[in-house]
Amino acid sequence: MGKYLVRRLINYVVLVFIATSLAYLLAAVSLNPREHFQGRNPPVPVTTQDRILSAYNINDKTPVLDRYGHWLDDLVHGNLGRDFDGGYVGANLSRRMWVSGQLLLIGTILGGLVGVGAGAWAAVRHKRVADYSLTQGAFFILSCPTFVIAILLQVGATRLNDAVGHRLISFSGQSDPALQGGFFSHLGDRLDHLILPTITLMLVGAAGLMLYQRAAMLDVLGSDYVRTARAKGLRRRTALTKHALRTALIPSMTIFTFSFATIFVGAIFTEVIFGWHGMGEWFVQTIQGNDTNGVAAVTAVTAVLILIASFLQDIIVALLDPRVRVG
Amino acid sequence: MTTAAEVRTREPQPDESAILVVDDLHVTFPTLGGTKVRAVRGLSYQLRRGEALGIVGESGSGKSVSSLAMMGLLPRTTQISGSIRLDGKELIGMHDREASELRGKKISMIFQEPLSALTPVYTVGAQVVEALRVHTDLSKERAQARAVELLDLVGIPNPRERAKAFPHEFSGGMRQRVMIAMAIANDPDVLIADEQSTALDVNIHAQILEVLQTARRETGAAVIMITHDLGVVAGLADRVLVMYAGRPVELGTTDEVYYAPRMPYTMGLLGSIPRLDASGRSALVPIEGSPPSLANLPSGCPFRPRCPLAIDICAEEEPPLESVRGASHRAACHRKEEIETNGWSVGDVFPVPELGIAPVERLPREQRPVALAVEGLVKHYPLMKGVVFKRRVGTVQAVDGVDFDIREGETLGLVGESGCGKTTTLLQILELVKPQAGTIQVAGKDTNDLHNAHARKALRRDLQVVFQDPQASLDPRLPVGDVLAEPMRTHGYDRKHIDARIKELLGLVGLEAGHAGRYPQEFSGGQRQRVGIARALALEPKLVVLDEPVSALDVSIRAGVINLLMQLRAELSLSYLFVAHDLSVVRVIADRVAVMYLGRIVEIGVVDSVYASPSHPYTQALLSAIPIPDPDKERTRERIVLQGDLPSPADPPSGCRFRTRCQRFLTLTEGEKQLCIDRYPPLIPMGPDHSAACHYAEPVAVIPEQSKERKRRRST
Amino acid sequence: MTVPSQELIGTVTAESGIDGTAMLDETRVPSRGRIIMRRFVKQKSAVFGLVLLVILVFMAYVGIHFTKWGYAQPDYNSFAVTPNGSHWFGTDAAGGDLYAMTMRGAQKSILIGLLVAVLATGLAAIVGASAGYFGKWVDGVLMWIVSLLLIIPGFLIIAILSPHFHNNLPLFVFFLGMFIWQITARIVRGQTLSLREREYVLAAKYMGVSGGRIIVRHILPNLASLLFIDATVNVSTAVLTETGLSFFGFGVQPPDISLGTLIQAAQTSATTQPWLFLFPAGFLVLLLLAVNLIGQGLRDAFDPSTGIAV
Repeated sequence: MGKYLVRRLINYVVLVFIATSLAYLLAAVSLNPREHFQGRNPPVPVTTQDRILSAYNINDKTPVLDRYGHWLDDLVHGNLGRDFDGGYVGANLSRRMWVSGQLLLIGTILGGLVGVGAGAWAAVRHKRVADYSLTQGAFFILSCPTFVIAILLQVGATRLNDAVGHRLISFSGQSDPALQGGFFSHLGDRLDHLILPTITLMLVGAAGLMLYQRAAMLDVLGSDYVRTARAKGLRRRTALTKHALRTALIPSMTIFTFSFATIFVGAIFTEVIFGWHGMGEWFVQTIQGNDTNGVAAVTAVTAVLILIASFLQDIIVALLDPRVRVG
Repeated sequence: MTTAAEVRTREPQPDESAILVVDDLHVTFPTLGGTKVRAVRGLSYQLRRGEALGIVGESGSGKSVSSLAMMGLLPRTTQISGSIRLDGKELIGMHDREASELRGKKISMIFQEPLSALTPVYTVGAQVVEALRVHTDLSKERAQARAVELLDLVGIPNPRERAKAFPHEFSGGMRQRVMIAMAIANDPDVLIADEQSTALDVNIHAQILEVLQTARRETGAAVIMITHDLGVVAGLADRVLVMYAGRPVELGTTDEVYYAPRMPYTMGLLGSIPRLDASGRSALVPIEGSPPSLANLPSGCPFRPRCPLAIDICAEEEPPLESVRGASHRAACHRKEEIETNGWSVGDVFPVPELGIAPVERLPREQRPVALAVEGLVKHYPLMKGVVFKRRVGTVQAVDGVDFDIREGETLGLVGESGCGKTTTLLQILELVKPQAGTIQVAGKDTNDLHNAHARKALRRDLQVVFQDPQASLDPRLPVGDVLAEPMRTHGYDRKHIDARIKELLGLVGLEAGHAGRYPQEFSGGQRQRVGIARALALEPKLVVLDEPVSALDVSIRAGVINLLMQLRAELSLSYLFVAHDLSVVRVIADRVAVMYLGRIVEIGVVDSVYASPSHPYTQALLSAIPIPDPDKERTRERIVLQGDLPSPADPPSGCRFRTRCQRFLTLTEGEKQLCIDRYPPLIPMGPDHSAACHYAEPVAVIPEQSKERKRRRST
Repeated sequence: MTVPSQELIGTVTAESGIDGTAMLDETRVPSRGRIIMRRFVKQKSAVFGLVLLVILVFMAYVGIHFTKWGYAQPDYNSFAVTPNGSHWFGTDAAGGDLYAMTMRGAQKSILIGLLVAVLATGLAAIVGASAGYFGKWVDGVLMWIVSLLLIIPGFLIIAILSPHFHNNLPLFVFFLGMFIWQITARIVRGQTLSLREREYVLAAKYMGVSGGRIIVRHILPNLASLLFIDATVNVSTAVLTETGLSFFGFGVQPPDISLGTLIQAAQTSATTQPWLFLFPAGFLVLLLLAVNLIGQGLRDAFDPSTGIAV
């Protein structure tokens, strides 16, 4: 098993390396940091431009492979490079991951709980009103792009705020910078800013998981072992929760684990629309800002987190399903 | 066990002693498009306390559905009418809360799918404990102790440790035992055992039947045994109920039904079973056609289209189940009195086809060309464990030095339990590649000498295969004509030739030329298997490999396919390698038989000699485990029940691989045993063309001889 | 009273219904296609989805000509007017007719969705089936590429490259397709692994049929239902990705229009001029809903065990 793990780990490192290099090279070739100097008044002399760009290793006059080599060298020394404004990518990264984590934690957990609960419930009420409305509702939510949901929620919140006459729900930014007060008012403010993005994330997460859980549960409901449980004399409810749901949780929990492990990758639309300065927003900003080093860092982090997530998935399956454990 | 004499003296009374009374039970499933599937149409019977009733029928006969109705485990949309009274309490329409209290306590059921019937995420111990604690207020510790006792009772070795294992760590047979332990946990009054045999090997099946007997003795429960195989219940049941198309068609004591059947369907079933005690190669009684659609039943007797005795009235009126003679024996046939008076037996009612003989068979064996020769064949593969963390944990010695040959026009039966390596052997032959060790020669060509794909493809024409599952062996997306054309197209036949050949092939296997345009789904299982056989014959091969070709078919259809195979062999001088786990089928069709155990052949020889005087203890056990549809013989037969499961082929025992389960080994002295532990026995000649791989080989007759006249028994 | 057991009914009908000789000789069993059609039509929501899709496609491609306004010709007399008789969906701040612009955007989304779905599903089918059937190193290499593409954020790569396919539709479709086929390929591979052991595939193999031919003739046709369903899922994934990219300015670029760019433009004024947001967003949601409902309908029609009443 040790050998197996080592092999797998090496494969992971290779995958991440290739993915990141690819992203770096593509970004280095296709992004144009020089754009920053355009339209400046007075115009920045080309030599100055080159000096600044070279200092950040993003000068398009340096051959791309040289830049790549330089970047690799830095990377090995734990330096992810700098962005155009001179900020360190590494520092940005850790701050933003933390912001994303805060934003996504509650929404993801709520989405998981609601999704699993609604899915199991719908399966048990198969072909009845509850099943029908839950399924159609999930389909509707899945048909709404995240940015549509987020904007709709904003419109709704504005109307609500107008109706009550003061700002009940805040939906822009992570907190109110002008707020004076103690710990609790700060906490309240934070939670207030979390409401809409959390609802957005929860809805999207729950809808997908619900359909999945429903299908898994339906598969299990017709299985022989649920019938065996009933034949023992278990009541319907007990047989359903103890035997059917417990087994049907295995596939949906693996999906949930994946989304849980990737909360630090951030949520692009939710962050941009609600003004949270997390990884998702950075993702868009690095490209819009022609920030090659940032792009490479985003890719690397995403790749690493996806691999960690799929590894955690395997562990969760092994924990939940004795059939998969090493015998 | 009750003796025949006791059975006959019991008279059926409208009984207070009946624990279960089923009266005019109807079960209907609504389906898409509003048609109704009438799965059970008027079933009545009584079950006395402690009695064993066998319910026999093919799939779709309503036998399992009626039992699920008793358990209250049918889908909600099912329409159920009539009455089922358990100890005086009406079960139909009972509230689920009340029904749950009876289920598992007064009435239990053992389901037929041992592999999927246990919840995969709980230990077996926990599942038995659950069965106990639903109905009693035993403390956790007491329940656990009791669960271990129960597991011990059903024959699970090291029950204390094994209780902590998960279902997937158990073999099918062991899971079935756990199911039985759960079913008898609360001393039920009625125990329903649904079709125990389908998924299990003969040996395991014999073990399970023993456990059921134990369970019955321990609990005193009345037992309903549901099966499609008349052989299984012959020795165990007091009475037998035969069902067809949702109706009971014959009911009587076991002796009455087996020795004096009065309904042609029962007679056909008895005649269509290949019997171990038959003498030599002989045709079986085929029942033409297949069971009717329950959604679209013909008027009159549902068996009419298949019945050789059908007369006009049979098309108009469905015969009721009425007494034949004496109150206990009842049959549903318009002509039962005639059958009774004339004393017609199976042979009188169902014509048995004549079988030809191939010209090549007239030559002595040594003079015939060799169709297939296998020498020292070895196939080992790595054993991987774990799904997430995959790793190699050993080497499976699936086939470990196998020798045999098949001459032209000859059939070799290759038999053994699942896991013995017979399927691997067959696949190795079909691959036509150089084996890991040893040689394979097909029609005189050594596969070691096939150096390119072209040569291999050319040789494929001589070697074709028929698979087990007719459902899976035909591509559902291709019409039958295309299925048959595929091998010919692959080998470059021209269009015209192909079209002509398709018609010819369909005729050869008893189908119509017009069937070429239809899809496999439109055919019954038996017909699909015929298409599979036709495809195998398309290229006019010399050797056909048959992988359990009839084990997935209903009993009544099986006989027709076996007869067809025998006919084709005679007409086309084919050689067969017939792989099966069912020794009785091999008895009927094969010339020679090879018995495999853990990757090696333990006994090989001509069928008559091997069956009459099996010399390897394993062959003896296999043969003794197969039931014979003859109650008297079954009751007096001594069964050799092997201990435990097949050892893992990744870790076979030293010396003789069979010694860990060998009944002969137990009788040896320590000194004699040492030889078995140290050395793998070579094949020792036991007669002309008969040898066995046992240090202490000794012929033992385990099959009762075929009685010259079948005894007729009547209740007086 | 009990757990629904589809299987049981399944066995009863399968064994007695389709299996009878009587059926073969007297009434022809309807072909698989007809059965699936019938099952599909029986589901109200699926039929609703299909009708909705037809209406939306009709609106986008034919309905765009019903108005006298072109999507690129602003009406300099009406800036930011609410929906009225002339401008059915109203106009934006520059006087652009929102109806014409929405339909134009919808054309883009529908076209891209369909093309990407065909490309991605086709690629997934070929790669997945080859990996599954041939196994060994073919499997190793192909699946390694799949896992590499899975960990590369495709959204990001397309965004980086977006300046290069400045309204070069085939290139845009190609890249969208490149990043959504991997999951399907894995599923196809898994299915192929089990189909490979199916007896009719073995039979073909042992009669000498070549691997490529077995894939084309036996494996892919038997995965048709999966591929169909997956293609519909891919349509909605592609539309979502395209509009999402366009929302950030990484997809369809001005002067051309996508539903994503329209929604992005309307975002800030969503409260003050809601029609600018509601019409394109509504059209997009309805389009995705129609595709998803059709996909679900197909799923249930192909696999009755999870769906509609039997």
